[in-house]
Amino acid sequence: MIEFDQAVVANRLHSTSLTLSEQRIGVIGLNGSGKSTLVRLINGLIEPDEGRVLVNGLDAQRQGRQVRKSVGFLFTDPGAQLVMPTVIEDISLSLRNTHTKRNERRAAALGTLDRFGLKDLAERSVYQLSGGQRQLVALASVLATAPQVLIADEPTTLLDLKNSRLVGDLLFSLDQQLILVTHDLELAARCDRVLVVSDGRIDFDGDPQLAVDHYRASA
Amino acid sequence: MSQLNLLGLYQPNATLLHRISPGIKLTTIMVLSIAIVVVREAWFSVVALAVVCGAVGLAQMSWWALFRSIRILAIGLALLAAFHWWQNGPEHAIAVVGGLAALILASAVLTATTPIDQMLDTITRALEPLRRFGVNPDAVGLAFSLLLRFIPDIGERAFEIRDAARARGLDRSVRAHMTPLTIRVVAHALSVGEALQARGIGEDERPGQR
Repeated sequence: MIEFDQAVVANRLHSTSLTLSEQRIGVIGLNGSGKSTLVRLINGLIEPDEGRVLVNGLDAQRQGRQVRKSVGFLFTDPGAQLVMPTVIEDISLSLRNTHTKRNERRAAALGTLDRFGLKDLAERSVYQLSGGQRQLVALASVLATAPQVLIADEPTTLLDLKNSRLVGDLLFSLDQQLILVTHDLELAARCDRVLVVSDGRIDFDGDPQLAVDHYRASA
Repeated sequence: MSQLNLLGLYQPNATLLHRISPGIKLTTIMVLSIAIVVVREAWFSVVALAVVCGAVGLAQMSWWALFRSIRILAIGLALLAAFHWWQNGPEHAIAVVGGLAALILASAVLTATTPIDQMLDTITRALEPLRRFGVNPDAVGLAFSLLLRFIPDIGERAFEIRDAARARGLDRSVRAHMTPLTIRVVAHALSVGEALQARGIGEDERPGQR
């Protein structure tokens, strides 16, 4: 359960109070409307100037480290997210906090890659991956630590149609609670609830199809 | 694929150099660096370069791929050699540039034969005694790994910016190259920092810390 309690970020987000408990929540809106600010508050990447954000009762600002253990974040550009030269090393890096022995880390990383059908890419340089493969590996590296919540900030924006569908389908097959920021309205319509953000405010909150219609009409 | 990205990239194999512990390889490079600076003789740099070339062969690295990845650095070394030759004579030029070339190749051998994960463990372990003096071994190890990972990225951005400058007829403008490169590298560093924070990597584990 994610709770926004009158959270404010100066010049970016007006006072926002929300409770997010649905399994798949979409966030749509124009560029610069405050979508990314809203979701970055959830795992403490941005601190609110007023109010607070709670994740399963933990304050995202005061207990950011604990919150980030249970909230994974997938960025638009996997180039910034993949910080090791090879796929297996990047997944292993995610596991350093939970597995102290290198062999155990490697085995766990291979297990994660296998789960997502990416085992063949294990020793591949991150430079040799296609855009879609990079995003899938970035997703695997986030999910390696089994977070309870996954925030995906425009994860399909840089992908072609085929890879966009692949990543979208994978996101919707996960057990984690998903907070999906997207410009892909088809993807948003598949959520259980959609927030429309406009000029730093929640402009609409509710049924996905109604939200998409509202966004189309107001854009 | 970037022309620089073989620097810092592990190349799986089972050669003797792949099996030697990263600690021994790091120590050897450290000793070699100190020796090159202290001795500062042409004969020593030539011998060091020959030994490192032997290590490249022993590690079964591709000479062509290695040349492609360091050719920009090679141009820099050639200019440096010309400068030293002009200012201090041939012996000094060979001592300085031969030594630098030996160290660059030795670093390439180190990264080609050592997985980053192993290197990270080794550095973290080696720096553990310094924790009592305020050094965070995990952060230092991570910084070292990130440096290796992002050298090719910076190179790739430099090539993109060079092409963009050419397209606008600004091939010779240093400002058209350096300003966007600096901005892009800093912006990328901020994105990487944010991604690391989101993954909980490098965050201080001490109680009471955020």
